[in-house]
Amino acid sequence: MADLSIDFAGIKSLNPFWLASAPPSNTGEQIMRAFDAGWGGAVWKTLGDPVVNVTSRFGGIDYGGKKMMGLNNIELITDRPLDVNLREIREVKKRYPKHIIIASLMTESKRDWQVLIQKCEDAGVDGLELNFGCPHGMCERGMGSSVGQEPKLLQEITSWAKAFARTPVLVKLTPNTGDIVEPGLAGVAGGADGLSLINTVKSIIGVDLERLIPLPRVANGSTNGGYCGPAVKPIALHMVAALARERGITIPISGIGGIETWRDAAEFIALGSTSVQVCTAVMHYGYRIVEDLLEGLNGYLDSKGMKSVGELRGRAISGYQEWGDLDLNYELVAAIDPTVCIGCQLCVTACHDGAHQCIFTGADDRPRPPHAHSLGLATAPKPPRLGLVAGDRVPWIDEPECVGCNLCQLVCPVAGCITMVERRKGPKETWNDRVRAGRDKISGGIRESEP
Amino acid sequence: MNCDGPSRAHAVRDADRLENELLDKKPLYTEAEARAEADRCLYCVDAPCIKACPTQIDIPTFIKKIASGNLRGSATTILEQNLLGYSCARVCPVEVLCVGDCVYTAWGREPIPIGRLQRYATETAMSGSASFSALLPRRRGAAASAMRVACVGAGPASLAFAGTMAREGHEAVIFEKGAIAGGLNATGIAPYKLHAEDAQREVEFVASLGVEVVTGIALDASDAPGRISAKKLLDTYDAVFLGLGLGVDTTLGIPGESGAGVVGATAWIERMKLSMNREQRFEIEGKTIVVVGGGNTAIDVARECAQLGAARVVMVYRRGASSMSGYAHEMDAARVDGVEFVAHARPVAVVRNVSGAVTALRVSGPRVSGTPSDVSDYDLPCDLVAVAIGQSKLREVATYFPGVELDDRGCIACDPTTGQTGHAKVFAGGDCVNGGKEVVNAVANGRDAARTLLERWSLKFARVSPSSGGQAAGA
Ligand SMILES: Cc1cc2nc3c(=O)[nH]c(=O)nc-3n(C[C@H](O)[C@H](O)[C@H](O)COP(=O)(O)OP(=O)(O)OC[C@H]3O[C@@H](n4cnc5c(N)ncnc54)[C@H](O)[C@@H]3O)c2cc1C
Ligand SMILES: Cc1cc2nc3c(=O)[nH]c(=O)nc-3n(C[C@H](O)[C@H](O)[C@H](O)COP(=O)(O)O)c2cc1C
Ligand code: SF4
Ligand code: SF4
Ligand code: SF4
Repeated sequence: MADLSIDFAGIKSLNPFWLASAPPSNTGEQIMRAFDAGWGGAVWKTLGDPVVNVTSRFGGIDYGGKKMMGLNNIELITDRPLDVNLREIREVKKRYPKHIIIASLMTESKRDWQVLIQKCEDAGVDGLELNFGCPHGMCERGMGSSVGQEPKLLQEITSWAKAFARTPVLVKLTPNTGDIVEPGLAGVAGGADGLSLINTVKSIIGVDLERLIPLPRVANGSTNGGYCGPAVKPIALHMVAALARERGITIPISGIGGIETWRDAAEFIALGSTSVQVCTAVMHYGYRIVEDLLEGLNGYLDSKGMKSVGELRGRAISGYQEWGDLDLNYELVAAIDPTVCIGCQLCVTACHDGAHQCIFTGADDRPRPPHAHSLGLATAPKPPRLGLVAGDRVPWIDEPECVGCNLCQLVCPVAGCITMVERRKGPKETWNDRVRAGRDKISGGIRESEP
Repeated sequence: MNCDGPSRAHAVRDADRLENELLDKKPLYTEAEARAEADRCLYCVDAPCIKACPTQIDIPTFIKKIASGNLRGSATTILEQNLLGYSCARVCPVEVLCVGDCVYTAWGREPIPIGRLQRYATETAMSGSASFSALLPRRRGAAASAMRVACVGAGPASLAFAGTMAREGHEAVIFEKGAIAGGLNATGIAPYKLHAEDAQREVEFVASLGVEVVTGIALDASDAPGRISAKKLLDTYDAVFLGLGLGVDTTLGIPGESGAGVVGATAWIERMKLSMNREQRFEIEGKTIVVVGGGNTAIDVARECAQLGAARVVMVYRRGASSMSGYAHEMDAARVDGVEFVAHARPVAVVRNVSGAVTALRVSGPRVSGTPSDVSDYDLPCDLVAVAIGQSKLREVATYFPGVELDDRGCIACDPTTGQTGHAKVFAGGDCVNGGKEVVNAVANGRDAARTLLERWSLKFARVSPSSGGQAAGA
């Protein structure tokens, strides 16, 4: 059993799994049920002056029969009176002293920040999260992502909060910005103790084609919302990694965005997250998913011989390099296993229309396309490789033409059927090596075709 | 309406018919079910399921259109290749056709239920429009050079032929000797697959393309009332398509066979589907029925009787189970329905009591299955014997057309891809050519004969109407 406990800027949590500030952390009653299920902490639904919400509030994207691959919302911060929230925070902290409550906050004036922070800390929260990320409704009032997109403003408000706060201050960043490092550094400069990211991505989830109104529809209109759920995970992973790699980011990161399984969580941790937060997956399946998060992460750490979750943290960061540092002489060639291929030939069409025209079918040698690099015919295996499942429908690879892009492997429905076989072209050489050696001119450039 | 003829195809609308006691074994999918299954289709390239379909429906394309919610487009994809795509969806033995070759099958996973998806697309599209004309716009209006073609028999083969011709702007009329159109789709298909009114609804849709269906007229040696001669057809029409199907049930030729209590399978099925009402269920309910035969018709009768409440249904087959021509999946389903099976039993006599009622079928064979040495006669007690050992071939009709010949099986001889017989103007297809296969084979034959004719026509008139070139032969 690996040790899953973490220390996030002094906040000691039983495990790295926190509810993100959102509907699952709206009330004390909910949060206590979440703690009973196994969640280590919760970032309370953003507090401030209560708002009025609209209906409908959510829109979802289904893909291939799977519901809610992405979720979009136009909900605002808490619509409940501050006093009620504070009373519940007190009660939860009294009944669950070992669990973490972080108050997510959003307001405008310096004075309001001071009062809000004071009241929350008096209620017993373990930390504060400044919501500079909400991309709808609140930003139009000068809050949320309109702060997150202005590094100077972000730094200033963070420093106010730090001046008033006794507990650690986390800054929650918006992904709706050109370079996530800038607001990240601004947070550090403002004195923040940690960064949380990502908040939702500005988006329109779809259009009601009957009424010709965007979704989610509120009477005769809609507005842009915030996008989250499995679809945003790659965006969030990149942003977390970009900050984790940045030398100036010296504070812990709470990773958020599309986390549903322990694998997702492990990936965020490997790219530098100390804690992870979850919203959509809980909205979809409930607090119970934490059981698999805990067991799965534990099992993974055990299988890797890691004694604590801290040993995993940041382990994949050094593998994230600049393109110019990648090895140009590392080469892959696709290989099809005829014993498991089912003959759907999706790889054939993917390679011919979307890659490099080098997967063929049939027993005969085949003419290569006119733009091929190799001369002569593409040579079919002899004797033809008959599949156990697909018979003579098993495709074959014209290896000299394969560029190793692995599109075929991605489209193949059979696990393990297409593998990418390593074929090194030579010793490691990167683009930056070539630039240094003056070998970065590739023939066929723009100037060469000048008359 | 186009199907108004001298004697309009009269509809089977009486909901009290006995066949309506038997409900769909594979009911129409809900939208959610259809989308869930459609989403599983891999959208294979050069898909094996298409190759396994005798009409080469572009299966991955129509399935993807279900997944995207483009049901009309999905139905059009199906109907472009198979105008009877609706009934085929419900009656095709998909286990040995498209579904059997779905890549999931060999992979050992649940294959895509192509038939049910095809039903979903066609039935939903049909319930949203009044006719096929909306789904399949006529490709060209009637031209001065349009052909006039006649079909004999209003089964799937003729319907596919006539519909394909009509859609290209030619005049097509079907002569059917019976009172209703649809052929075995209306008179023979097991009710748990397709009811007669649904078959008729499809006929109306095909007719809506511009086909005239005339019932109560038989191809015969003369032009007496209710008949039409080969000569008259050849004189009046540019081409004739023979979609005659098969003849009456073959008999056993054993003592005691003639008389009440012994029925021919297809004759009984037709009566059950069209003439018997629910009260006549007593003819089957609680009774013991012996079905003679090992083909799909035998299995159908046995399952129908079992589902109608027979006390016991016993299939008797002269050879071993592995020699049966009936499909294994159908036989499995029959066992689930409670049908018993006796192999290696040759009927020798129908046993009747003093008042003439059937009491047993006497068979010869080993008493214990699988011990061929111990052969003896024994009685299988029963109230009804259904004989399902095949149907006769309609030999004479061919002889009415000069040049049309029969092959050594007694089927109409013709070119297998074009349907061309020994007479230049006469084409044939379906059961009367292949000796009895599936609806989808009949459709393929009818369509391909029409495409042959259209191609020839467009070559002939290429200069007259240049716009017609190329489209005639379809995909
Ligand atoms: C009991 C039974 C169950 C079956 N179940 C299935 C099934 O589940 N799935 C499947 O795919 N196939 C099934 N089949 C086979 C299928 O029904 C046939 O292959 C198909 O109907 C053949 O179509 P057709 O147009 O060639 O002939 P038919 O459907 O037989 O149509 C021929 C038509 O021609 C008419 N006709 C005949 N002679 C003349 C004449 N001289 N003048 C005018 N009209 C004439 C007949 O009255 C009939 O209407 C079944 C067959 C039977 C007998
Ligand atoms: C309905 C809804 C309401 C949200 N409300 C808030 C909020 O009040 N404060 C906040 O900081 N983030 C809010 N978020 C953003 C989430 O906390 C989280 O950052 C985002 O959903 C990404 O995580 P996920 O992919 O696990 O959902 C909300 C998200 C959703 C879906
Ligand atoms: S995609 Fe995979 S299963 Fe399909 S044909 Fe290619 S290798 Fe075979
Ligand atoms: S790796 Fe890319 S280029 Fe090579 S066979 Fe696969 S799709 Fe084609
Ligand atoms: S073989 Fe199966 S999975 Fe492939 S296209 Fe056909 S129905 Fe879809």
